[in-house]
Amino acid sequence: MQKRDRNQIAARVAQDIPGGAYVNLGIGLPTLVANHLPPEREVILHTENGLLGMGPAPAKGEEDDDLINAGKQPVTALPGAAFFHHADSFAMMRGGHLDICVLGAFQVSRRGDLANWHTGAPDAIPAVGGAMDLAIGARKVYVMMEHLTKTGESKLVDTCTYPLTGVACVSRVYTDLAVLDITPEGVRVVEIIDGLDFDELQRLSGITLLR
Amino acid sequence: MAYHWGFTALEAVGGTAQAAAPFFSNPERTSMVNKIFDSVAAALADIQDGATILIGGFGNAGMPHQLIDGLIEQGARDLVVVSNNAGNGDTGLAALLKAGQVRKVVCSFPRQADSWVFDELYRAGKIELELVPQGNLAERIRAAGAGVGAFFTPTGYGTQLAEGKETREINGRQYVLEYPIHADVALISALRGDRWGNLVYRKTARNFGPIMATASKVAIAQVRDIAELGELDPEAVVTPGIFVQRVVKVA
Repeated sequence: MQKRDRNQIAARVAQDIPGGAYVNLGIGLPTLVANHLPPEREVILHTENGLLGMGPAPAKGEEDDDLINAGKQPVTALPGAAFFHHADSFAMMRGGHLDICVLGAFQVSRRGDLANWHTGAPDAIPAVGGAMDLAIGARKVYVMMEHLTKTGESKLVDTCTYPLTGVACVSRVYTDLAVLDITPEGVRVVEIIDGLDFDELQRLSGITLLR
Repeated sequence: MAYHWGFTALEAVGGTAQAAAPFFSNPERTSMVNKIFDSVAAALADIQDGATILIGGFGNAGMPHQLIDGLIEQGARDLVVVSNNAGNGDTGLAALLKAGQVRKVVCSFPRQADSWVFDELYRAGKIELELVPQGNLAERIRAAGAGVGAFFTPTGYGTQLAEGKETREINGRQYVLEYPIHADVALISALRGDRWGNLVYRKTARNFGPIMATASKVAIAQVRDIAELGELDPEAVVTPGIFVQRVVKVA
């Protein structure tokens, strides 16, 4: 069994993003998805600090302090891009205008609750940014995460133990082991990586899976 | 200095102080509108202790650095600052916090790799934090500027950040009641402005500027360049001058 690495997970997510989609890629792991969207497929990327039609990072020396993404990294604006203020930007999310957002996660529950903003540690300084708006705003919320924590616990859980970002908001989960849909009946396995069977995936996962 | 006038501009700016003299007046009621101030110091002179201040910017993009430096020099204290972040590095908002002028920060994302000034104050219990999801922060500011009394938002429902707040089910979906954020002053950064207060921005530095201008009694914009009246294309003006009381050019 060869687990999917971060880029392979990102490539798998990219397969499910159709041309014409308006998409927000969350900070961190999800930004890798952009590298796997074929150039001929026109996908319009949204960054919540106020840009639709976000392009790749600029060449060295071409950075513009006034042109950044939500992670505060320098980006470019493609032909056709638009700038807008924050209330408009979040109206795009909350108003259901974004087709897909891709987020990282600490945990996803079997009914699609998402925990990704706060570890709940007492000494941690909380910071939420746009995570809660994205979680409940996009029409489809895709999560990219490792299936297990570093200590081997399932990140798919019955009930999230970390503080919630959104309730029943996740549509699909992409892990290094499988792709799973959150459905009204439960968590359904869409595909499993080569060399791993359903029973083994079930054994590793913290919840009952549907075939 | 030219005359400046306008309803909001005749009020003292912020806080509980009642006695502050109007910073400027137009006793002769000349008909020319001129919101341009000659200096940052003049534009900020009447900000009171205890004022609620909206500060634009997302990270450093759109951060009104010169106005913040001016506010540090001006020295108003016990401020409530509303801004997306809680300062980066040692300059700008971080420097204002470090100067001990801020009692409370309302923001969505205080903790960052370079937010050490805020982190230290927070851990020492020297600053209050109200954490607000970013879209709720934007919408609460927008609501204030638009005269909306409160609104139901789905963001944050069922999370810690909605604890104790009124909720309602509307058409099968759960919402949280959120109230507007009104401010005494907004400090924002724009690319160009004219003497009527019309503003245009640059790229993603626009971020909170347009909504913060609407939600404050006195919106103060630092601009890189003053445009002659009529030079800004009316089709492309982003913040109409009605929302802006003071414009000051910075280097």
